[in-house]
Amino acid sequence: MEPTNIKDPEYFHKVVDCQYACPAHTPVPEYIRLIAEQKYTEAYMVNWESNVFPGILGRTCDRPCEPACRRGRVEKEPVAICRLKRVAADNKDDVKHLMPKIPTTKNGKKIAMVGAGPASLTVARDLAPQGYELHLYDEQKAGGGFMRSQIPSFRLPETVLDEEVNYILDMGVVSTFNTRVNSLAELLTKGYDAIFVGSGAPRGRDLDLPGRQEAKANIHIGIDWLASVAFEHITKIGKKVIVLGGGNTAMDCCRTARRLGGDHVKVLVRSPFAEMKASPWEKEDAAHEDIPIIDNHVPKAFIVENGKLKGMTFDRVKPVRDENGKRSLVSTGEPEVFVEADDVLIAVGQENSFPWIERNIGIEFDKWDMPVVDPTTFQSTNPKVFFGGDAAFGPKNVITAVAHGHYAAVSIDLMCRGEDITKRPSPYTNLVSTKMGVHEWSYDNQVTTDIRYKVPHAEKKMTLKDRKHEVELGFDVATGFKEAERCLNCDVQTVFTESKCIECDACVDICPTSCITFTMNEDSENDLRKHLKAPATNKSQDLYVSKTLPTARVMVKDEDVCLHCGLCAERCPTAAWDMQKYIYNTTKASKVW
Amino acid sequence: MSYARPKFRHPQLPKNELGYTQDYYEGSISTLCAGCGHDSISAAIVQACFENNIEPHRVAKMSGIGCSSKTPAYFLSHSHGFNSVHGRMPSVATGANMANKGLVYLGVSGDGDTASIGMGQFVHAVRRNLNMVYIVMNNGCYGLTKGQDSATADKGSKNKAGNVNDFESINLASLALELGATFVAQSFSGDKTQLVPLIKAAMKHNGFAFLNVISPCVTFNNNVGSTKSYDFVREHQEATSTFDLVPHKTEITTKYDEGTTKSVVMHDGSLIQLHKLEEKWDPQNKLSAMTALENAKNKGEILTGLIYINEQSEDLHALLNTSDTPLNKLTQDVLCPGTEKLKEINKTLR
Ligand SMILES: Cc1cc2nc3c(=O)[nH]c(=O)nc-3n(C[C@H](O)[C@H](O)[C@H](O)COP(=O)(O)OP(=O)(O)OC[C@H]3O[C@@H](n4cnc5c(N)ncnc54)[C@H](O)[C@@H]3O)c2cc1C
Ligand SMILES: Cc1ncc(C[n+]2csc(CCOP(=O)(O)OP(=O)(O)O)c2C)c(N)n1
Ligand code: SF4
Ligand code: SF4
Ligand code: SF4
Ligand SMILES: [Mg+2]
Repeated sequence: MEPTNIKDPEYFHKVVDCQYACPAHTPVPEYIRLIAEQKYTEAYMVNWESNVFPGILGRTCDRPCEPACRRGRVEKEPVAICRLKRVAADNKDDVKHLMPKIPTTKNGKKIAMVGAGPASLTVARDLAPQGYELHLYDEQKAGGGFMRSQIPSFRLPETVLDEEVNYILDMGVVSTFNTRVNSLAELLTKGYDAIFVGSGAPRGRDLDLPGRQEAKANIHIGIDWLASVAFEHITKIGKKVIVLGGGNTAMDCCRTARRLGGDHVKVLVRSPFAEMKASPWEKEDAAHEDIPIIDNHVPKAFIVENGKLKGMTFDRVKPVRDENGKRSLVSTGEPEVFVEADDVLIAVGQENSFPWIERNIGIEFDKWDMPVVDPTTFQSTNPKVFFGGDAAFGPKNVITAVAHGHYAAVSIDLMCRGEDITKRPSPYTNLVSTKMGVHEWSYDNQVTTDIRYKVPHAEKKMTLKDRKHEVELGFDVATGFKEAERCLNCDVQTVFTESKCIECDACVDICPTSCITFTMNEDSENDLRKHLKAPATNKSQDLYVSKTLPTARVMVKDEDVCLHCGLCAERCPTAAWDMQKYIYNTTKASKVW
Repeated sequence: MSYARPKFRHPQLPKNELGYTQDYYEGSISTLCAGCGHDSISAAIVQACFENNIEPHRVAKMSGIGCSSKTPAYFLSHSHGFNSVHGRMPSVATGANMANKGLVYLGVSGDGDTASIGMGQFVHAVRRNLNMVYIVMNNGCYGLTKGQDSATADKGSKNKAGNVNDFESINLASLALELGATFVAQSFSGDKTQLVPLIKAAMKHNGFAFLNVISPCVTFNNNVGSTKSYDFVREHQEATSTFDLVPHKTEITTKYDEGTTKSVVMHDGSLIQLHKLEEKWDPQNKLSAMTALENAKNKGEILTGLIYINEQSEDLHALLNTSDTPLNKLTQDVLCPGTEKLKEINKTLR
């Protein structure tokens, strides 16, 4: 193999598994170290710069970083990255004075944003410090988008939401709430230099089954129902409730129903339990609140008696896979199952819908009626109109919306400066030694064997009484510290200098996880993998290959299960290995911290 | 800041026939200088024991004094061990060995511990063909006492202070051969592909297996002009052969050209397969082995690999017809058969 080009900013970025997996590339190990040092404010700001909503995300993030976390490859469970974020948010001091200063003289450019969800708010946050005039429209009465209307208060308290939404609205954003934008064509005539569409995926799928019309008073579309609960238009539900669907919306529906009077709430889902879309922890939380999840049941009909909903019938199915592994659900042939219900919540999916965007204003739509959006610039085929968040590529999650917001803000800023928006500025990177002395590093290189700590929950009998009572209590400071210690500091990179190596094997011998091998080189990566000291089967992780050494061999390090313990560097007599902290910050329209 | 080795190991480490992963053969973290050759030899011992499917509790680690003699702390934590007085390991090993023939005796010593203070002990262990592995971690100096020239420092070799050694060096491999060692090998700490199979074969040998391993001292003897530095050894290492140890009952897969290959069946049925690089040398012929060593010395080269083996070797137990049962398992009446028996024996001596 060719020697690894560690100058490529993505090489070491990829080694920081959590940061690489985070759509907004939050420098996770950096903030975890700050938490361990009890520098909560700094830890908060490191987050805030990247993901804009640390308090919100510390409670609700989909956490794609955790399945990616290296710790999950050396022991059972990853670091509780997400809940550590909350520790920073819960324990920080006032941060207002650390926020960017907003110029009073504006730069003369005016930007509109449709929808006040996380995508638009991120665009606003990134552009405000540059003096842009920012106009935000939302049909709801307050900012936050789905974070306000959908995510229930027992998972995300309103105070946390308000605080983080207001940091942005207070940057001089001109917001117009309770106002739906009914025509993009009209908005385009209002002299905006760019328009960002962050209107989400606001339509819940319906189920057109027999009895749907007759029983409509007791059948609710999940996301509409959750919004009505959030805005207090709905405060009650029947005692027996069926929730249809297996995603996170279904989980929020059933848990909310439990708090509004549903004593017998059941989730019925078509697919097998293990294949449900909901995150494992959401399923656990539902189970903890005595909500049975009944899988392999396909809804057939709403049963109505005397004009009133009585329940639903279901067909029992089992999953069958064809030769391509494609799954279909086949009836078991058993008799239909009847389940009683006073109310049914339909949570079987969510769609985009853009009735307010005219089709003759230069915005191309594809065959699924989705706007054609460039995945890097987030520009539509109308150069002035950008999309981001759920509106761009369908429903995802908050952190993805934030990431889109950053990209779109960079594009809008470049465009307004008259520059080519396809020429993206490179990320900020820095690689600096952590060596302080003999066996002494500026990071804590000891590796603890503690297993993942559990976040404590409030008592069920309290939380089920009040839909605003937060269920998770968050880590206390002491537990937060111990959990933070589990992080392996994957951003402290093992950097190898061929010219210094005397091939003494000391690093090979000391490495606890057998990462390092000195061997003859091979042309192909697959062949080289076969020569390594320990099985190197995880091909998603790179091999770090040196230039040829005096013995004609190369140093090969499998990045897969490196503990970043620094022992290779401690053992190397010539400092051919060094532990160097890698900083990687994605490009943003403004430097905000 | 740390000086602890993390507990985590590679999650897919292979298991040996006993069901152990290699980490079961590890010891505590080494306190030797970073880059010391001795640590590589320790790692090679760990690997050899793992691959040889040895139960750690069947190994007795014996050593004297020196950095090298400290290393038994850094491998085989689950084995027995005795860290003896400087240069006295051979007698302690002899005693232990005589008392229990059921263990694998792994002696670790230094060039100072063996060739200076312990010379008088060493030579007798060799000539008695004590059944043990005797590894000298040879760095040409007294590492532990700050690097004074040892008796294996080559004539003309320069130490760190720039002083040239004027004395003739002791060639331990030649000496062992001379004294009747039945397994003699030389290797280099920086060459595990050679060293590991040599240690494995030595452990299978029935009799005194001597391994002289050049092991650079990074702190006191890795300077330019030293003949025991990493660079010098790499440039002057001349291998007798490449080497495979094929365990008993395993199919032989490596094929070498006819004529350059030599197979030696070991005591336990396993096979040493040698692919000869040194033409005029025959590992079963003592004279040829001695000549090869002498030739290498004259050329300023370090001959490595298996140098001599006598697989028919009879060890001290066989020569003395000792008890198969360890002494601590024998009952009082067997160990001390009484006055009558003593009289009987005495009578035969009159
Ligand atoms: C029940 C539920 C629970 C969820 N839980 C989580 C979670 O725990 N974690 C997570 O990461 N994600 C979660 N999500 C997904 C997440 O909420 C969304 O992916 C995210 O909010 C999308 O952000 P956005 O900025 O694209 O738009 P949204 O947050 O959807 O905001 C769009 C806003 O635009 C407004 N709008 C739409 N059209 C117009 C118009 N024409 N004029 C004016 N205003 C308009 C809407 O009223 C809305 O306020 C959940 C989703 C649902 C449905
Ligand atoms: C009886 C006695 N004399 C002298 C010493 C001092 N001493 C300790 S180690 C050592 C030399 C060790 O040299 P070597 O065996 O080559 O080991 P190395 O440290 O080089 O591995 C000496 C002379 C001692 N410990 N005991
Ligand atoms: S161990 Fe720490 S730095 Fe590494 S992936 Fe996990 S959270 Fe990130
Ligand atoms: S930091 Fe070095 S010694 Fe530690 S696990 Fe990684 S490669 Fe091995
Ligand atoms: S410890 Fe240092 S000098 Fe020795 S092999 Fe490793 S990198 Fe090379
Ligand atoms: Mg020595």
